[in-house]
Amino acid sequence: MQESSSRGLVLEQPLIFEQDTPGQCGVDLPEPPPVIDRLGGLERREPIGLPGLAEPTVVRHYTRLSQKNYGIDTVFYPLGSCTMKHNPRFNEKMARLSGLADIHPLQPESTVQGALELIDLTAHWLKTLTGMPAVAMSPAAGAHGEFCGLMAIRAALDDRGESRLRVLVPDSAHGTNPASAAACGFTVDPIPATSRGRVDLAAMKAKLGGDVAAVMLTNPNTCGLFEDQVMEIAEAIHRAGGYFYCDGANYNAIVGRVRVADLGVDAMHINLHKTFSTPHGGGGPGAGPTVLSAALAPFAPLPAVLHDGKGFRLIEHAAQSDGKPCGRLKGFHGQFGVFVRALAYMMSMGGDGLRQAAEDAVLNANYLLSELSADLTPSFAGPCMHEALFDDRFLKDSGVTTLDFAKALIDEGYHPMTMYFPLVVHGALLMEPTETESKATLDGFIATLRRLARQAKAGDAAAFRAAPQRTPRRRLDETTAARLPILRWTPPG
Amino acid sequence: MRYLPLSEADRRAMLDAVGVSGIDALFADVPAAGRLQQPLDLPSHAGELEVEGRLSALALKNLAAGCAPFFIGAGAYRHHVPAAVDALIQRGEFLTSYTPYQPEVSQGTLQYLFEFQTQVALITDMEVANASMYDAATATAEAAAMACRITKRKAILLSGDLHPHYRSVAATALQYTGLEVEALPPDPLGMEDLLGRIDHQTACVVVQNPGFFGSLKDFTALAQACHAVGALLVAAVAEPVSLGLIKPPGAMGADIVVAEGQSIGNGLNFGGPGLGLFATRDKYVRQMPGRLVGQTVDSEGRRGWVLTLSTREQHIRRDKATSNICTNSGLCALAFSIHLALLGEEGLRRLARLNHAKAVSLAEKLAQVNGVKVLSPTFFNEFAVALSKPAAEVVEALAGHGILAGVPVSRFYPSYPELAPVLLLAATETNSEADMDRLVAALKEVL
Repeated sequence: MQESSSRGLVLEQPLIFEQDTPGQCGVDLPEPPPVIDRLGGLERREPIGLPGLAEPTVVRHYTRLSQKNYGIDTVFYPLGSCTMKHNPRFNEKMARLSGLADIHPLQPESTVQGALELIDLTAHWLKTLTGMPAVAMSPAAGAHGEFCGLMAIRAALDDRGESRLRVLVPDSAHGTNPASAAACGFTVDPIPATSRGRVDLAAMKAKLGGDVAAVMLTNPNTCGLFEDQVMEIAEAIHRAGGYFYCDGANYNAIVGRVRVADLGVDAMHINLHKTFSTPHGGGGPGAGPTVLSAALAPFAPLPAVLHDGKGFRLIEHAAQSDGKPCGRLKGFHGQFGVFVRALAYMMSMGGDGLRQAAEDAVLNANYLLSELSADLTPSFAGPCMHEALFDDRFLKDSGVTTLDFAKALIDEGYHPMTMYFPLVVHGALLMEPTETESKATLDGFIATLRRLARQAKAGDAAAFRAAPQRTPRRRLDETTAARLPILRWTPPG
Repeated sequence: MRYLPLSEADRRAMLDAVGVSGIDALFADVPAAGRLQQPLDLPSHAGELEVEGRLSALALKNLAAGCAPFFIGAGAYRHHVPAAVDALIQRGEFLTSYTPYQPEVSQGTLQYLFEFQTQVALITDMEVANASMYDAATATAEAAAMACRITKRKAILLSGDLHPHYRSVAATALQYTGLEVEALPPDPLGMEDLLGRIDHQTACVVVQNPGFFGSLKDFTALAQACHAVGALLVAAVAEPVSLGLIKPPGAMGADIVVAEGQSIGNGLNFGGPGLGLFATRDKYVRQMPGRLVGQTVDSEGRRGWVLTLSTREQHIRRDKATSNICTNSGLCALAFSIHLALLGEEGLRRLARLNHAKAVSLAEKLAQVNGVKVLSPTFFNEFAVALSKPAAEVVEALAGHGILAGVPVSRFYPSYPELAPVLLLAATETNSEADMDRLVAALKEVL
C-alpha cells in the first residue's frame, strides 16, 4: 500500500483512472433482458478503458477536487471583465423545477407553453432594459452572441446588396471580438485608444468608408471607462452606412440606468452569466442573448418564439418567419436552463434592484480606485465604471511583475484580479469588485493591497517570485506543458 | 434587496471617500441623452416565495417528461442521472469559479477537465479531446472548419443522416468563410452514396452514427476512401451512451469526432445547455478549437495541470485564432465526467445494453401495430417508423392522451412531403414496459 501524501486539509488526489477497481460500479442497473440485437454486427469489442469506482469513492474524489479551487462562495474574486458576482442558490432551485428541467425541446408546442412563455418573458426583460425592439435568444455565450450580431449585420448588408468586409475593433477589445469578426469573414481593422483610455474618435472617423461593415465597441470599455463619445461614434458609423455592434460584457455597469438603444446601438450581446448572476461554472455554460435594432431584427437567427393570439409558437424555419433569418446558430432553442436562472434573478432584483446593483457595482469599483490610488498606479483618471484599472508603474524597479504581485494575492486569500488585460496599458491589473461585495470585504482587500505594494517597493521581490506558497500547487511549468503536451491519462507502461 | 450587502451608511461613507456628492456623479461620463430619466416598466424586487410562485406557475404549464410515457430523442435524451452528480456539481468551488486561468487555485477544475478529456478520448476511441464546446451542432461546424484548415481545401459534404440542426448550424456558421457546404438530402433509409461523392477537392465528409434516422453504419471503408484522396472523416455522435455498445468512430478511422454530451450526466432542460464533445488525432491538436488542459509539474516537481496550447485561442491569437470560443460548457462537462465515473466500464456497457434492449422491445411491440412500419434495419436506442397518417398529427393526438410519443421528422424537414409519415422514437432505461404498452394501445386508437 502506498502511504497517503495528504496532510490535514492539504489533500492529494490521484486521477480517477488511478483508483480503478475493475468490475466496480457506482450505479446499480438491472441486468438487461436478453433480446435479439439490432446492431448489425457493429458491437464494440475492445475494452473502453474506463475505471470502475463505487459511489463513495466518486463522491470523495470530486469533493476533494472541489477543495482545490477558489470560487466566489469562498473568496473575493475581483477578476476584471468577468463579473464574478454572487450566484444565488435560489436560481439553481428554480432551474431544477421538474416542469422546467425535465422537458424536451421537441415536445409538441401544446405541452411546453410555459417554457415558451418563459423564453418570451426573459426576452421581454432584456428588451425593456436595453430599449431594443428584438432579441435573438439562442447564442450560447458572449462570443457566440458577437457572432450572432455580426451574422445579422452580414445578412443585412447582403440584403442591401452591399459588400462591406471591414470591421473596426479598438485595441482594447476582448480577443473574442476580432476572432468573431474573422469567423464571419470580415477583416479586422484596429482603432487606437487615446491617452484618456477611450476610442480615438478622429482615428476611427479616418478609417470609415464604404467598405466598413461595423464598429465593435465595448461600452463601458475594458479599461472600465464609459465611452463618453459613444453618440458621436454611433452617428459616425451610421452616417458611413455601417452598424454599431456593442460588446455587452460590461453591461452590468449600466443596467437600469442606461438603455443601449438610446446610444444608437444596433446589436449587443448580454452575458447572462455576468450581468444576470448565472454561475460561471468553471468555464460555462453561459448564455449570450443578442439584442437587435429594428434594422437588424429581420435577420435574427432561428428559432424565435412568438405569440399568435392563441398561444406561444416556435418559429423554426425561414418559411414560417416574417423576416429574413440569417440561419441557425445552435441546436434546439438556446440555453434554456440559463434563462431560468437569469429570469429568477431579474424577478428577484426587479427593475429597481437591477439599477441599484449597477450603482453599487460602480460605487465599489470607484471606492477601490480612490482608496488604492496612492499606493498603486491608476491608468486613467476616474470616475471609472464597474472596474478599476491599474498598471505596473508602481512596481517599477522593484523586480516584482504584475504576475508576481497577483500570485502574492493568492497567498492572502484572494483570487487575483485580471492581469495583462486590456493590452493598452503596461502590466494591467484590472479589478472588478461587483455589487455583491460588502464594504468590509473591500476594506480588507484594500489594506492587503496597500501592504503588498509597500512590500514590493521595499525590495522584497524574492518573496513575490516565490508566491504562491499556500496553495495545493506552487507555480506550474506552462512552457513544458505546451512544448510536450500531455493532454490525457494513459495507462502506465 | 438580499443580494446587495452595502447599507445606506456604507454608500454614504464610500461616496465621501471617493469625493463625490452622489451616485450620479459617477455616471457623469454617460451623455445626457443616454441617461434614463424615468423608471423602466418592470416589476419591483421580490422575495423568493413570490418569484417561486410565478416560476412554478410557468413550470406547471408544461408537461414534464417524467409525468408521461416519453419516447422523444432526436439529439436530446432522457436518462436517469444519479443523485450524486447534481449534488457534486453544486459545490460552490465548482459552481462559482471562473475559467481556470490561475492554475494554483484551480487545480480542482483543471484535474476534472483532464479526466474529462481522457474519458471523451476513451469512449470515442480517439487520441485527444478538448475541454468542451457549446453543443454538438456548433462542434460540427468547428470540426468542418478545422478539417478545411488541415486539408487546405474548401469542400464539406454533410450526410443526409446527420442531425438536421448540426447541418443547419454548420451551413449557417460557415456561410461567410469561403468554404463550400453541400448537404445531401435527408436519408431515412440509408441509401445515400457518400463514397461516390468524394474527390481530391473534398476537405471532409461529415457523418453520424447512430444516424439521425437511427440506423448504424460502419464507416471504415468511407474513412479509407477519404484518406485515399486526402480528405478527412468527421463523425458525429448524438447519443454517446451508444458508445458503450457499438463500435466507436475512432475504430472506424474517423479523424475528428464530435458528440452531444448532454445525455450523460445532464438533464433535458428544454434543449440547453448542451455539451459539445470534440476529439481528434494527436497530429491535428494544434488546429483544434477550444480549451485544452495539459499535465505539467509545479516548481517543487509535483504533478499538476494547466490550460495549454493557448496560442490557438482568441485571447492570444485574436483574429487568427482557431475559433472565437471562450466560455464553453465547463459545468456540463463536470456532470458528464461524474456520471461517467460512476458508470465506469461495467456501468456504461450495461446502460447501453439496457437502452438497446428497451428499444428492441419497443420496436417489436410497434411492429405489431397496423399502420406502423419500422424503417431502421439496425439501431441503438432510437429508430424511425413510417405511420399510415402524418406523424405530426399522430403526435399531437397522442399528446392529447398524455403521451409524448416521439418526434415527427416533418418538424425538421417540412418541405419533404415524403417524410411526413416518418416518426422517430427513442427508448432509454427510463421507459417501462407499461409505458410502451400505453403507447401501443393509444396508437391503435389514433391510427
